[in-house]
Amino acid sequence: MSATDHSIRKGEVLLAVDQVSLSFGGVKAITDVSFDIRKGEIRAIIGPNGAGKTSMLNVINGFYHPQQGRITFKGQTRSKMRPSVAASQGIARTFQNVALFKGMSTLDNIMSGRTLKMNSNFFWQCLRHGPAMAEEIRHREFVEDIIDFLEIQAIRKVPVGKLPYGLQKRVELGRALAMEPDLLLLDEPMAGMNLEEKEDMSRFIIDVNTQYGTTIALIEHDMGVVMDLSDRVVVLEYGRKLADGTPDEVKADQNVIDAYLGVAH
Amino acid sequence: MFYRETGQFKTNYADDMAVFPILQDRLGIALILAVAFVLIPLTGSNFLLSSVMIPFLVFSLASIGLNILTGYTGLISLGTGAFMGVGAYACYKLTTLFPEVNIVVWIVASGFFSSLVGVLFGLPSLRIKGFYLAVATLAAQFFLQWCFTRIPWLYNYNTSGAIEVGQRTLFGIDVTGPKASLEARYMVLLTLVTVLTWVASNLMHGRIGRSFMAVRDMDIAAELMGIDLLKTKLLAFAVSSFYAGVAGAAMMFLWYGGGEANDAFNINQSFLILFMVIIGGLGSMIGSFFGAAFISMLPTMLKFGLPALGIPLAGATAEHLTYILVGALIIFFLIVEPHGLARLWQIGKQKLRMWPFPY
Repeated sequence: MSATDHSIRKGEVLLAVDQVSLSFGGVKAITDVSFDIRKGEIRAIIGPNGAGKTSMLNVINGFYHPQQGRITFKGQTRSKMRPSVAASQGIARTFQNVALFKGMSTLDNIMSGRTLKMNSNFFWQCLRHGPAMAEEIRHREFVEDIIDFLEIQAIRKVPVGKLPYGLQKRVELGRALAMEPDLLLLDEPMAGMNLEEKEDMSRFIIDVNTQYGTTIALIEHDMGVVMDLSDRVVVLEYGRKLADGTPDEVKADQNVIDAYLGVAH
Repeated sequence: MFYRETGQFKTNYADDMAVFPILQDRLGIALILAVAFVLIPLTGSNFLLSSVMIPFLVFSLASIGLNILTGYTGLISLGTGAFMGVGAYACYKLTTLFPEVNIVVWIVASGFFSSLVGVLFGLPSLRIKGFYLAVATLAAQFFLQWCFTRIPWLYNYNTSGAIEVGQRTLFGIDVTGPKASLEARYMVLLTLVTVLTWVASNLMHGRIGRSFMAVRDMDIAAELMGIDLLKTKLLAFAVSSFYAGVAGAAMMFLWYGGGEANDAFNINQSFLILFMVIIGGLGSMIGSFFGAAFISMLPTMLKFGLPALGIPLAGATAEHLTYILVGALIIFFLIVEPHGLARLWQIGKQKLRMWPFPY
């Protein structure tokens, strides 16, 4: 992605994190962090292990409730919310350790991402006819598009527990996409992948961003990937914000270099 | 060679999402239904109906109920016996209060009472999981069993403290009470089981079934999909208890024909049904039937089958030997296939698809 692209993608603010602090007992996971995610951009959150990146995602989609600070999503400010509410507002995510429904097929896993969009009542569900079946078919069509998009047609009916790791990650991305989210949070989408798989996944992330127009926030340790994919990067260390800006700005930031390479004392 | 989906192309999603997409499976189901609805009532002996088929059907229904909760949603319950009891007593109260309403309606309706009680005792499931939930449902078992004996209103202040099954008819034919024929009771029960199995299968194949399984496999991710954990778990308790309740009512009214409910709905019954579900296969409809068949038919078959083969068995020895054999077979099957008979069935079908070629 060239440098000119970055300047175009400056939409309105989709999500703003404002002075958020989170601690577990005496352990401070996040201290006074603020940043924003703009509509249509790919935003990376990086930092060394234990910097609070995953905690940040957990705060954004409601798993953790920060002690201080506010989160504004689509103009609505809140401090506490449940993950299911976050989901209904349009936040989807994948997990660092794949969190698929292991006993279900690829198709069923992605179909479960459509749960919120389905509303046929219990009676028709019992009969599996009429509105319930029509709805099922409608969503199946949508899910088939995603399956085509991710090139996983061959494993449609395979239980996901039997799939190799790289494909599981892909199915998990598919399940998140099935929710048609406004904001997609990816927690280390490329962890443990080989080069080829990383390239595939990068391609999918860029395609999701351009084709579906989904805003993406991702955590990733592979700096090459981060610098290539993202429009803007926020750097965390020990729960604090270290730097925030375009990949080039962040790369040149002395604090970031110190954090990653260490400082001579 | 015979069992293969080759050449059966699906050209629309509805066909592809059918419960039995393969023609041979559909033929098999049709054959089973024909045998169950026509052949057995016409040619089956009284013994076959009363000691084999009716218990099997009642237990199948209860197993489906528990399988929805434990196999599909991943919530262990040891209160199935008590939920069955709720169904039986509800049905008893309803049919004595409104004798003019058809008994089949009340058998089904009693499931809803069981649902309500199930939801109540399912409330802790949001906070506690696994073994701890099993212990919490044990509370339901003991509390409800206490109610069955201590609240005389439930058994209409009978001196015996038992459920008395009155004479009720359907289309002019006796279906409950002393004069009801075995065939009539069997047919009513079979129809109930067939319809309710169809409904359960439909539910499990749709959005609700998927959300149950999502909660079972990874509740954190399920919540993230927008699945409300409390609502889903309570729905699972409601549906499961409904099946248990109908099974309990059917047990009292179509099988036992009345009796001391405290014996029928005790903790042993809960365990028995849990074993059926585990041996049959967690999270499988057909597994519920396999499990029910295995546990309910095996003792009968051994008891009457072995003497028929010329192996003499008598009295207490027979009973103890049956226990030993059933126990040994349970262990054998669980070692061969820890995922239950349903998995064994699946593997068999897979093999049959390839046959006669090795791969």
